[in-house]
Amino acid sequence: MKHCLVVDDSSVIRKVARRILEDLSFEISEAEDGLKALTACRERMPDAILLDWNMPEMDGLEFLLSLRKEDGGNKPIVVFCTTENDVAHITRAMRAGANEYIMKPFDKDIVEAKFQEAGLL
Amino acid sequence: MIASQFEYLKQYLKAKSGLVLTNEKQYLVESRLLPVARRHGHAGLSELVQAMQKPGSTQVCSDVVEAMTTNESFFFRDGTPFQHFKEVMLPAMLKARADRRTIRIWCAAASTGQEPYSLAICLKEAAAKLAGFRVEIIGTDLSNEVLEKAKNGIYSQFEVQRGLPIQMLLKYFTQKGDLWQINPELRSMVQWRKLNLLENFSSLGSFDIVYCRNVLIYFDQPTKVDVLQRMAKQLPSDGYLVLGAAETVVGLTDAFRPVQDLRGLYQTAAAGAQGVVRPRFQVAG
Repeated sequence: MKHCLVVDDSSVIRKVARRILEDLSFEISEAEDGLKALTACRERMPDAILLDWNMPEMDGLEFLLSLRKEDGGNKPIVVFCTTENDVAHITRAMRAGANEYIMKPFDKDIVEAKFQEAGLL
Repeated sequence: MIASQFEYLKQYLKAKSGLVLTNEKQYLVESRLLPVARRHGHAGLSELVQAMQKPGSTQVCSDVVEAMTTNESFFFRDGTPFQHFKEVMLPAMLKARADRRTIRIWCAAASTGQEPYSLAICLKEAAAKLAGFRVEIIGTDLSNEVLEKAKNGIYSQFEVQRGLPIQMLLKYFTQKGDLWQINPELRSMVQWRKLNLLENFSSLGSFDIVYCRNVLIYFDQPTKVDVLQRMAKQLPSDGYLVLGAAETVVGLTDAFRPVQDLRGLYQTAAAGAQGVVRPRFQVAG
């Protein structure tokens, strides 16, 4: 079973994402900001990360840049999942090492399609 | 809506579009036609069907046919048909058409354009191999409304996120507010025609590759056979027909036969008879 870390400051979004990803047979853990996500990754590197952009403490982009410098930090497939939906943001995320990008709002079809693109399914 | 009205609708749709409406599909009728009824100022389906039967109801009638026959479509829907395009059909055609240097592709149920544009993207990605070749993509559909959308190539955020990798979105689309428009370069690769598959389509000419996915399922047996047999006449013996994942020619017609090991691909029976060598396909892993 693949392990996916869901990083979002909204507990509602985390719950929705958890339900969708559990249906796709992922084991889920959650973090509510980039800093907590980084700690979680140091303890146990996930196979996939669903990542919000705007969060307190450390935002998604900072987290991603730090993650990719960590030991084993290139392993997780990172899928951004954010309301930031302009080309500039998407480009920045991809340059920072994201693998795929979901523009909120999302549904099960989109998550499934994007995880498939990213080679996770 | 009373039973006789449903019966009328069934007959009408069958005659106009080939769509076979079974009694279990009543829910579909309601969800698709209530918006049409409201748009034309009718309270419900009963009034809508009455309006269809009045003289001068052409607009209502064509709106009904459009609403009932429009299908959801995604970019790179089902994956495999596009993989087969890149790995099997296109290489085969580059070889077979080396003299003529023209490849003609027909998307016979192009809907809102995602399928032809997905093929256009594949062609763009393979541009180096295609140098000197002219590739024509013709997208046809029954519905004016979807063809208009296809032509404009403007899609919602939802639509561009199903099946389209983000890199392709950045590369081939331009953002317009919350919508995304496919770039003019790709739009110009596809020609659009309104076409009903029940009618004669021989004037479209001969095609090397025909995509006809997820439309035959709506037809009854004799209509399927008729469409397939007429399509076979538009394909050379080394051409390909691509059907949807839930569709087959087996048990319907001898005009086509499945291509071995390549699900969803068919060639005309003439191909087998003439002993044409099919491209070898190695399954990875």
